[in-house]
Amino acid sequence: MAKGVMIIAEQRDGDIRKISYELVSEGRRLADVSGQELTAILLGSNIKDKAAVLGYYGADKILVADDSRLEKYTTDAYSSVIAELVKANDPEILLLGASAQGKDLAGRLSARLGAGLAQDCTSFAMEDGSLTAIRPIYAGKVYAKVTFNDNRPQMATARPNVMTINEQDKSRSAQIVDAAFTLDDSVIKTKVVDVMKDKSGRVDLTEAVKIVSGGRGMKGPEGYGLLEELADLIGASVGASRSAVDAGWRPHSDQVGQTGKVVSPNLYIACGISGAIQHLAGMATSKVIVAINKDPDAPIFQKADYGVVDDLFKVVPAMNGEIKKGQ
Amino acid sequence: MNIIVCLKQVPDTESQIKIAQDGKSIVEDDIKWVMNPYDEYGVEEALRIKEKFGGEVTVIGVGPKRVAEAIRTALAMGADKGILINDPALKGSDSLSTAKALAAGIKNLNFDLIFTGQRGVDDDSGIVGAALAEFLGIPQISVVEKLEVSEDGKRVKATRPVEGQSLLIEAGLPTLITTQKGLNEPRYASLPGIMKAKKKPLDEKTLADLGLNPSEYGEGARNLKIVALTPPPQRQAGKIIAGETPEQKAAELVRLLRDEAKIL
Repeated sequence: MAKGVMIIAEQRDGDIRKISYELVSEGRRLADVSGQELTAILLGSNIKDKAAVLGYYGADKILVADDSRLEKYTTDAYSSVIAELVKANDPEILLLGASAQGKDLAGRLSARLGAGLAQDCTSFAMEDGSLTAIRPIYAGKVYAKVTFNDNRPQMATARPNVMTINEQDKSRSAQIVDAAFTLDDSVIKTKVVDVMKDKSGRVDLTEAVKIVSGGRGMKGPEGYGLLEELADLIGASVGASRSAVDAGWRPHSDQVGQTGKVVSPNLYIACGISGAIQHLAGMATSKVIVAINKDPDAPIFQKADYGVVDDLFKVVPAMNGEIKKGQ
Repeated sequence: MNIIVCLKQVPDTESQIKIAQDGKSIVEDDIKWVMNPYDEYGVEEALRIKEKFGGEVTVIGVGPKRVAEAIRTALAMGADKGILINDPALKGSDSLSTAKALAAGIKNLNFDLIFTGQRGVDDDSGIVGAALAEFLGIPQISVVEKLEVSEDGKRVKATRPVEGQSLLIEAGLPTLITTQKGLNEPRYASLPGIMKAKKKPLDEKTLADLGLNPSEYGEGARNLKIVALTPPPQRQAGKIIAGETPEQKAAELVRLLRDEAKIL
């Protein structure tokens, strides 16, 4: 009989990523509601001494798979080890982050395990002892509530920066276990041969806590200098609408929206963005939305918590001045 | 090089999505169906590789019947043959069943590369590509925005964006690639292309043709069920900031973000 909530923590270069704490926190909540244990799985190389913090956020047990072949994520190595651990532990629920790695890994695992998978969920609940999840579909035009059949585990990926992270409790000590696994070299069929860091030096949009974003109203690439100044002042990353990217003003990696990135920051400042439904699809779960646009009828004002109907080329420099004054 | 491209149809992204009476499906009456935008990059990349290396591009999709239009579009762009897996028992299939059906349609073909879109813009799940690779026992590289095939046609190097960086990933063939926007600019089907496409083979296969058990497909075999569809969470009406000048409004906005929203 399947039992227990399991989460897959994510690390990069030996540092545990924030999504892992979101998963432990949410996993803890689901485990408490259903009277189960929470186990975190951590894969990496020389990673064991990083495991304890997962306990401080709420894990009861941490299974550490430590191997030089797990230092960098590959679909094959990670899915092989995790599938083995899942079969040995038979959890009710298996959660991953809907990060680049998480979505890739979850898809492969769901096929290997024959498990139902709800991707990019914005909330979870337990109903009659089973997991239910809410996830946006059709680019967030509709939200679906999904339930699972009897196959176990019930798998889901959680949208980053949505679940609340618990306070750390350093008095919690989790059981840290060296996971038993077999990993054949022949199973690993891809290799990371180079890593190219993004030049902007800013936090990736999908993980940014604050975003300043520009659309067609920016009228060209030069205007983004103002947005970058604002971003520097408040510690934000810079995004763009599809119009701006298609016009060649900003790279595709900056695009927020249905065919770009889905972001979930605490603050999203939309400058010269009309608010087309495809753009909203990418930022609708932002906690606070600010819109600055000359057009009072721009649909973005329906979704904004604070709206400024005025010329962004006057408003943004004035904001930058105000913020500098206060610093 | 033998290349397989998987595709599906989705509602055009301009479509209004309306929740049906049953509260758990969408109204399909007025929908304009198009090839899933991400799948177009797969068709285009396959054609470019064929142009460089020679070989054949086969396009495959799972029904219903209208999916044949999308397959014909791919044939008009330059693909060589099409396969439509269509069966009433497939209706309501989830991602794993869809991938299983595709795997059955593909496994006896010669292939070096398989392309799928990184996700469908209807379900936004992105599971079929990975599941198909798993069922065929081949590696996957997801969300690829640049692909290089080695001169000897035996390996690929793919660029995959992740948070804050891009990874260059190498794999031998056969491999499955899920395609991301920016991989290429898909061509439009030319008029001669459209005419030629009418004569290209488009085979239809049922589950029985593929030796598949209908009870493992369709609505009843779903691992995940949608029990309710709701409109997106409503946001509370916000405030339009008052002020005589842009400078006044800017100052008030900064004040509110600092003192009220406590976010600056």
